[in-house]
This record gives sequence, structure tokens and C-alpha cells, in this order.
Amino acid sequence: MTDQKEIVLRTDSLSKKFGALQVTNAVRLALPRGCRYALIGPNGAGKTTLINLITGQLKPDSGSIFLGGDDITGKSVSARVRAGLTRTFQINTLFPDLTPLEAVTLAVCEREGKAGQFWQPLSAHGAAIDEAFETLKSIGLAAAATRPTRTLPYGQQRLLEIALALATKPRVLLLDEPAAGVPKDESAALFEVIAALPSDISVLFIEHDMDIVFKFASRIIVLVAGGVLLEADPEEVRTDQRVREVYLGKGHHV
Amino acid sequence: MNQAMSANANVDTARQWLKRQSRWSPFEIVFWLALLLPFFLFPTYLPLASQIAIAALFALSVDLILGYAGIITLGHAMFFGLGAYAAALLAKAGWSEPLTGLLFAGVFAGLIGFITSFMIVRVQHLALLMITLGLGVLTLELANAMSWLTGGTDGLRVPRTWPIFNYFRFDLWGYTSYGYTLAVLFICFLLSRLLVNSSFGLALRGIRENVKRMPAIGSDHHRHLQKIYTISAAMAGLAGALLAQTTSTVALDVLSFTRSADVIVMLVLGGTGRLYGAIVGAIIFLVARDQLAGINPQYWYFWIGLLLMVVVLFMPKGILGFLSRLAGRRDND
Repeated sequence: MTDQKEIVLRTDSLSKKFGALQVTNAVRLALPRGCRYALIGPNGAGKTTLINLITGQLKPDSGSIFLGGDDITGKSVSARVRAGLTRTFQINTLFPDLTPLEAVTLAVCEREGKAGQFWQPLSAHGAAIDEAFETLKSIGLAAAATRPTRTLPYGQQRLLEIALALATKPRVLLLDEPAAGVPKDESAALFEVIAALPSDISVLFIEHDMDIVFKFASRIIVLVAGGVLLEADPEEVRTDQRVREVYLGKGHHV
Repeated sequence: MNQAMSANANVDTARQWLKRQSRWSPFEIVFWLALLLPFFLFPTYLPLASQIAIAALFALSVDLILGYAGIITLGHAMFFGLGAYAAALLAKAGWSEPLTGLLFAGVFAGLIGFITSFMIVRVQHLALLMITLGLGVLTLELANAMSWLTGGTDGLRVPRTWPIFNYFRFDLWGYTSYGYTLAVLFICFLLSRLLVNSSFGLALRGIRENVKRMPAIGSDHHRHLQKIYTISAAMAGLAGALLAQTTSTVALDVLSFTRSADVIVMLVLGGTGRLYGAIVGAIIFLVARDQLAGINPQYWYFWIGLLLMVVVLFMPKGILGFLSRLAGRRDND
């Protein structure tokens, strides 16, 4: 095998318009297995829209999405998740009154098709509960497992976002600003967790802090006005003149 | 103590913690034993006690969708009424055996529930209220128009129900009626309790807590909602059938909007999303109606309205929610 790795997620000239505004413009992406890619771009570049298109929250006007070679463009959000394409949300999208243990157990049960069983108690699904607990433990939430989600510190809620996604056993994980709202010193710790995710999961994350992007991304995709301006290694992005002009020049603080 | 346990939490405590959530408490056992008291203490109120058990079962069916899955409805009397007419018409056709009649009514209401669920799961909030309200009104008017079948405004006289197990005759005092309705309520309660403590119950709580997240964890939540709506409709149908079988008459008001609204009032009074709220709410509502109507038959609903406002303003989780907060204040600290 050469250094050309297996492509797990691919989009083919994905486009979307909101009225007259082209929010996604013929985007071609290819995520290899186990990658750690960053998606960057100025505000309004269409980063979240692109994730919404890939995961099915939005329908593209044209273009296709392939997961492991299968065309998933017409599939529902939940069907994509069951096929191994999962996301997290920029704004916490959790279950406030459930405990992390309950929420992650639910995600495991959904994955195994057991969530519709109403004739036996939850405690009968011992393996699912164990797996949920191990997942929480692996990202450092074991101590918070049985507290209601709404009582958790914000940083732990961000971790729970990731734990919920992990419980779906994703092949591809799209993280929409996983450290949004987290203080800078804590966000590095959060990205250590992301870097330590199983090496066969392909990760694409949106992040504004360029220090973190350069530290944790093996490759960077620069999105401007809905289109891919550049996809390159961190070093190349750092020195690219166009990126400096359209992105780094505008309100970037290092 | 809780803190210490969480700190060295392991898989075993995780399992145990989840198991503890569904354990029977002594309060629950006392509560159910107390429901037997009317047999000994208030035998003259047994017909009222039967009405309460029927209303509690109806409220329980609504709690499953409103309290657990977050589906608001203003038309659930539709299923209550369909169950009542199904049992009554089966009896009129010559089959007055209570348990098969009950089953027939439940299956019929559940079937209609399943068919309408396709519409229900596609809408939310105000649209959901209007759809359920519309379906309820539609059914009422349909029953009114089909007076050759339903007796229209005159109502239906239902042949006397045969003895249960061919042994317990329905007596004038209501001993059998209350025993029968209470037993059906208890069985449905046990099933509901199992359901809300299952993985399916967890999925329903997930839908109520954050419906937007459900697809993102791979949940086909429309199917969950259809399932619980069907189960709830069937249970409401059982309640209606109990009314038809124990009172030997069915009038159009089994389908009325008032019945749909009253059941919501009962649930809000008792507290939603805790099963017992349905029973406590039904007791409060019907005992208050019985007592207040004796004092002032025309204005009894005024007091219900007042009580409702007090509860909503000062006990947002209902009377049971208020009591459990008082009892649990020490634990939560």
C-alpha cells in the first residue's frame, strides 16, 4: 500500500444556495481513514452549512456525498449516523435532564436497534450500560456519569457532546467547534482528548484558534465564500499568501 | 456520600445506579394498598371510585405521550370514545364477555391510533394541538352523524356485562366494578412502569429533552413516537371500554372536547411524567367535582379552575412534583 490512504468520506461538487447567496460552492472533499483534518475559514464562509449538508440536516441543491463508497446523498440524518457518519454541535445539543450515563446508553441502544424495546427494564441491557460507562471513562467523564447533564460544568458538557457521538461508533466524526466557549487553557485539553480518539476514526473539526489548528490538524481545508480556497498541510497554509489576505488578515489574533 | 461514590465510580456502580432508578419505593406499595380502602371504608362511594379508576387509566394513557414523549394533545377523548363504542357495539351484537370486549376495544382504538400517528409525528406545538383537536372534533361529529350505529345524542344502552371469569357478577353497589377497573388500572400501570423504565422509555425521555439531538445519535425517533402514540391510544380505548362495561351506557360525551381537556387538567394537577400524577390528578379532580357539585352544582368548575391556576403558578410540576420536592429537599443538597 502506498501513502494514498483509503478515502472514507467524499463529497462531489456539493452546492447550496440560500436565496441568491451561494453558501456552498462546488465543494470537493476527501477524508482518508483515521485523518485529523481542520476546516477553517472566516465567519460566514459556510463551514457549519457544509457540515449540515454532509450530515443531512440540509439538502444540497446539487452534488453528492459518499460514505465508504456508498452514495448517501438521499439518506436521512439518522440513517447516515447508523452508517457511521456522526457530528457534534457548536451549541450544546444535549439532554438536560438525563445523566451522561443515560444519554450515552441511549445512543448505544439506538445503534444496536434496542431502543424500541419496552418490555424489559433498561438494566437488562448490561452490555450497553457497560459500554456507555467505558466511553464516558475514556474521555474523562466517569465521575460525572450519574449527575443530570444540566448540572455539569460547561467544559464537561462539551466532552459529553463528543461522548454521545462516539457511542454511535462513527467511521467519520465531524466536530463543529468542539471547544466553542471553552477557555483557551481548557480547550487544549479538550483537543488532547480529540487527538487521542481511536485512530481508525476520520475526524474533521472546525476551529478558530489557529494555534490549536496548527497543532492538531494533519491537513487543513480553507473555506472562503462557500468554496474550498485551499487544501494543504499546515505549513503550506501558514505561508500561503491568499489565506493571509482573506482569512488571517481579518480579525485574527495570535 | 454521593460525591464519594461518584469519585471512584466504576461499571458496577453505573449499572446499580441505573437499576436503582426503577426500584419500588415503600410509598408506592402503600399507595396501591390505599386504593383498596374504598371497599372497606367508603362502600357507598364505590361507583365514584370506579369512575376515578377509569379516569386515572385515561390520564395514564395521556401521561405516556404528554409526560414522557412530549406530545401535547387536545383530542385524546377520541380514543376513549372509540374504545367505549367498540365495547358497547360488541355487547349489542351479543357478546358481553368483559375481558374479550376490553381487548377488542383496546385493539380497535390502538389501530386508529396507529393510523393517525403518521400525521401526529409530523407536526409539533400549535400545529399538533390543532391536529389532535381537529381529529377529536371530527370523530365526535362522525359519531353524531352515524346515529344509526351510535345512537347519536340519545346514546347507547349497553346490554349488561357478563360476569368476569364467569364468576364475579356486576353488582348494584359497584364492588365488582371497582375491583375490575382497579385491576385493569393496576395492570396497565405495571406495563407503563416497565415501559418508562425500559430503553424505549429512555428514548422517549430523550425525545422530550431534545428532539433535535435524536437523529444525530442515530435514532429514528418518528418510529418511537408512533409506537408510544399507538400504545397510548389503545390504553385510552381500554378506559373507554371500562366505562361502557361498568355503566351499561355510552353517550356522545365520551368523545367530547371537555373530556380531552379534563384529562389534561387532571394530569397537570397531579404532575406529568411520573405516572402517579395521573392517578392522583384523577382522584383530586373527581372527588372535588363530587364534593363541589354537592355544594354548588352550577359553578363547581370555577373551583377546579382556581385550583388549576394555583397549582400551575406555585407547583409547576404538579402536586406530586411539589410533594417529592419537599420530601427530597434533604437528598438534593
